[in-house]
Amino acid sequence: MIANAFTAAGRDARAAFIPYLMAGDPDLETTASMLAALGNAGADLIELGIPYGDPLADGPTIAAAGQRALARGTRIADVLALVRRSREAGAPPVVLFTYVNPVLQFGVERFARESSEAGAAGVIIPDVAFEETAELREIFSQRGLEMPLLVAPSTPLERAVEIARVAAGFVYVVSRLGVTGASTAGRFDAVRSQVESLRTRTKKPLAVGFGVSTAQHVREIASFADGVIVGSTLIDAYAGREGQDATRAVSDLVERLAAATLAAKPSR
Amino acid sequence: MQPNASGYFGDFGGRFVPEVLVAALAELEREIEIAFADRGFWEEYHATLRDFVGRPSPLYRTERYLAGISGVPLLLKREDVNHTGAHKINNTVGQALLARRMGKKRLIAETGAGQHGVATATVGAKFGFPVDVYMGAIDVQRQALNVFIMQLLGAQVHSVSGGTQTLKDATNEAFRVWSERVEDTFYVIGSVVGAHPYPYMVREFQKVIGVEARAQCLERYGRLPTDVVACVGGGSNAMGIFSGFVDDGDVALWGVEAGGAGVETGKTAASLGAGSVGVLHGSRSYLLQDGEGQVRETHSISAGLDYPGVGPEHAFLKESGRAKYVSVTDAQALDAFYAFARTEGIIPALESAHALAYARDLAARRGADDVILVCLSGRGDKDIAQLRDR
Repeated sequence: MIANAFTAAGRDARAAFIPYLMAGDPDLETTASMLAALGNAGADLIELGIPYGDPLADGPTIAAAGQRALARGTRIADVLALVRRSREAGAPPVVLFTYVNPVLQFGVERFARESSEAGAAGVIIPDVAFEETAELREIFSQRGLEMPLLVAPSTPLERAVEIARVAAGFVYVVSRLGVTGASTAGRFDAVRSQVESLRTRTKKPLAVGFGVSTAQHVREIASFADGVIVGSTLIDAYAGREGQDATRAVSDLVERLAAATLAAKPSR
Repeated sequence: MQPNASGYFGDFGGRFVPEVLVAALAELEREIEIAFADRGFWEEYHATLRDFVGRPSPLYRTERYLAGISGVPLLLKREDVNHTGAHKINNTVGQALLARRMGKKRLIAETGAGQHGVATATVGAKFGFPVDVYMGAIDVQRQALNVFIMQLLGAQVHSVSGGTQTLKDATNEAFRVWSERVEDTFYVIGSVVGAHPYPYMVREFQKVIGVEARAQCLERYGRLPTDVVACVGGGSNAMGIFSGFVDDGDVALWGVEAGGAGVETGKTAASLGAGSVGVLHGSRSYLLQDGEGQVRETHSISAGLDYPGVGPEHAFLKESGRAKYVSVTDAQALDAFYAFARTEGIIPALESAHALAYARDLAARRGADDVILVCLSGRGDKDIAQLRDR
């Protein structure tokens, strides 16, 4: 259950920290060692990207990481094997992050079955409008996989409430217009008010991602949201490194960012 | 045919985009519903096509191209004589008028060979919109003249260096930029692809080809053609001419894809002929992909057909059997290109040469009682440098 990660963080009066990694970048072994290290570094839940060549919701950092992983021959079965290993190593729960076409070609049923058998907790698919998710949600839930759904700054409140109603695990609140990617601006006023409005209409955990890069960003978001998702900046952190060197760069940064989730969160 | 309420033609279409774009697609869908019911909108569209584009485009009967092959009359719908040299402008005029109605501040577009980029830059200049065009880095190099033309018209051309550095990645980039600037920006998609309502909207703006051709054919020859032939990349000129005849059950519709080196070689762009069903650029249709859903690299001598996907309505017409899809290799298209130039005094676009190549095959099975109509979707000036350098 994804919700447990949020409950556990909430008991410590902090937001859940959710790092994103691209499976197979810089290589599968390194991703495995990163997954194994992230729990101790403070991750409550991990988003694991399945590399895809045409990622419409991702900016240059994650798109390039996906290209590198594909160039090394990373396949869906490799990603699922990583999930299995990380669960056996006692890593935090893993939510797969994939585009819809790989799931369709792999076969939705097969993808659900094999992801579940590998021990994945859920699946996020950012390029399916909520109206198109019914069948996916049903097939996933039959296998015990939860499907968090995304809400964007351009999503009207009533639609966001509808999305939250059927989202499983958590609601992924996108902090800004556009795609994933580190940012220096870090303006979270708008997403704060969106989270606050949505808060009155749903009990599901609300996690904020896109453009979250610094401890200051994490601290600010942790003051109003239930979870903080960080991706591109972690990939930037190990750029050009390999093996233990890359793992250390990521786990050091995760440790520093996760520590910033201890924010004075309004109790609910 | 109207797509259903969820934007599907049969099993194809839909809305496979990040949530950030859904509100903009819904806004566009609402605006289209109002604009398409507004006679004033269509009056301005048709007046612009008449006075700015030069429509109606002629229907021309060839005299020598089929000599020695068949006595079948071959008619050409002359989209090559449109302003900017292809059918693309029919669509960009329509989308620019919509953008103005919606109060959008700028236009963005993807382009492969540059024809759609030029057509968008042209309407941007005419209607006073800043225009940003996204183009793969490889295409920027091999279509330098069109890059210059776009810049001359005031557009900014952005070279896209991700992925395969061609049209597919230019489209990815345009989608990404649109999601950042979705509030004030209108994304002018160049073919009958993308998330609902784009495939439907673009077809409605290209339908003028088929409506005119049907009326011209009836008026001039007192009959409908036996066969209508058009090249298919994304498929907008084909959807445009097909939609004039789709309800005429006796008229055969032929979509000609780019076979490249041959569909069996894998070096091809024939999405319907060699692909399978999947999702690309916002809709469910046929595409060239591997077993893990990664989009395959494509090949065609014609940049305008060198695209791994195809519009969802074509997928529907294929499945329903209403249209037939065939392919023509690079070599066959080139052969037709040269033969056509020398026998008719018209240099066709390499894209259109695919339709002309298939028309020649078809002609061998047709006689003087039949009529073949080909959509000559564009002129070949843009291809001359490429052919000279071969």
